[in-house]
Amino acid sequence: MPKIVFNRADGSQQIVEARPGASIMDTATRSGVPGIVAECGGAMACATCHVYVADDYLPLVGEVGEFEDEMLDDAAAERTANSRLSCQIRMTDELDGIEVTVAPEQ
Amino acid sequence: MSERVPARAGVLVAGAGEAGVRVATTLRELGYDRPIVLCGDEPHQPYQRPPLSKAFLDGKAVRADLALRTPEFFRDAGIEVRPGQRVTDVEVDDSGSGTATCEGGDTVEFDRLVLATGARPRPLPVDGGGLDGVCVLRGVDDAERLRDRLATAGRVVIVGGGYIGLEVAALASARGLATTVVEREDRLLSRVSAAPLSEFLAERHREWGVEFELAADVRELVGDGHRVHDVRLADGRLLPADLVLVGIGAVPETTLAEKLGLDVRRGIVVDAGCRTSHPGVWAVGDCTVRAHPHLPGELIGVESVQNANDQARAAAAALAGAEPPRPPVPWFWSDQRDLKLQIAGISSGYDRHVVRGTSPGADLTVLYYRGGELIAAESVNRPADFLAVKRALGKGKTIAPEPAADPATPLKELITDRA
Repeated sequence: MPKIVFNRADGSQQIVEARPGASIMDTATRSGVPGIVAECGGAMACATCHVYVADDYLPLVGEVGEFEDEMLDDAAAERTANSRLSCQIRMTDELDGIEVTVAPEQ
Repeated sequence: MSERVPARAGVLVAGAGEAGVRVATTLRELGYDRPIVLCGDEPHQPYQRPPLSKAFLDGKAVRADLALRTPEFFRDAGIEVRPGQRVTDVEVDDSGSGTATCEGGDTVEFDRLVLATGARPRPLPVDGGGLDGVCVLRGVDDAERLRDRLATAGRVVIVGGGYIGLEVAALASARGLATTVVEREDRLLSRVSAAPLSEFLAERHREWGVEFELAADVRELVGDGHRVHDVRLADGRLLPADLVLVGIGAVPETTLAEKLGLDVRRGIVVDAGCRTSHPGVWAVGDCTVRAHPHLPGELIGVESVQNANDQARAAAAALAGAEPPRPPVPWFWSDQRDLKLQIAGISSGYDRHVVRGTSPGADLTVLYYRGGELIAAESVNRPADFLAVKRALGKGKTIAPEPAADPATPLKELITDRA
């Protein structure tokens, strides 16, 4: 199963195996990764699963959608070129090892 | 066979839905280290409900997608989940400690009790409710039945123009099913939203082919003794139906609270910290009611994931002896085809509203004011508006109404201190 490396707000790392097809947000919440609040469960309604995708993986995760784009503009933590809502990234074998940093505020 | 020696829990949570699970996980995040037992009614691992009327009903998500946490998470966190072991009886002493009996006969002794017993579908008080083809939507088993029925249905009548009803109407009409919504009030969402949003949604649903019977009462569900085939309205008209969904709200589950002699007025009455009338018993989520933020003397129940989570965090903080969390901003969402609704705050009691949007039928934000201050907003396909209002309310700030009417001005630029 593809792995996700979460850089947590406290500086530590947590590595979680993902079911292919599950989103990064799903994988994080089910395994209790701190800082991924994800209150809407992936409906793109809350902007509380904000992560920064590591540069190497950025070209692999697809484009930011129009609605996601607006949500990210107003997310609680600063938006950067690496910002994504983790509910919008579905895990594939190609993404094995993807590193994401959990936004400090959600 | 489970052992009959009573388990001993620091905290027993009766109910394993969103609220119950969040109490347990928050306790662990706050460093609480005593045993936690979570007893659920349904014979399933804890799962998310919002997708039941959306992706799950549409066949785009399966049961595995609904899990709130993995079994490994609960094991590693030392949270004992007991599915299918509804708490059927409970005794509590003055300090809050006591003994619970679960379905199946097991008992759990506890130091503190949290009621997270949820709500059950409000029954339609007419004849014919037991006919085949009459459905409700609350749990995953309900959703699976409804999903299977939708696959073969031709004419769907939905009783109740609330969120569940509208989400199902959006889906049924998209499949080309003849879909009628019967609503008792003269507008949709009357219990939870204000009129401008009701009108916007009614208009869009009509374009999708959904028919509405507003200000209409159902007199009976008519069948051939086995299957439903019509819905009879109070004026005598018959609406043909091979599938009837009853979505007329939920009734808080208060049986245990009543047994304990707690203050129950429709729901279990709690304060901002989710304390019940017993100082050692807490209650969270859909089973609770509390003071209305704008209407003195009224109690409200807020049935949402956000409320379940925030009440759970407040109760867990009290149980763990931690600082209470910041007062939350109520918020809610709904998906209906290409419409994403996002609601922040509670609009009831408003005395002024401001509408903004770029094109009729495509997007809309309604801001609600009381005494000159912003109290809520309802948005359709305007996520930036929603997030700005949610942030303003969370910081105790407001948004000036006049400039807010211009949809080109970002609301986040208009956030100011209250007068």
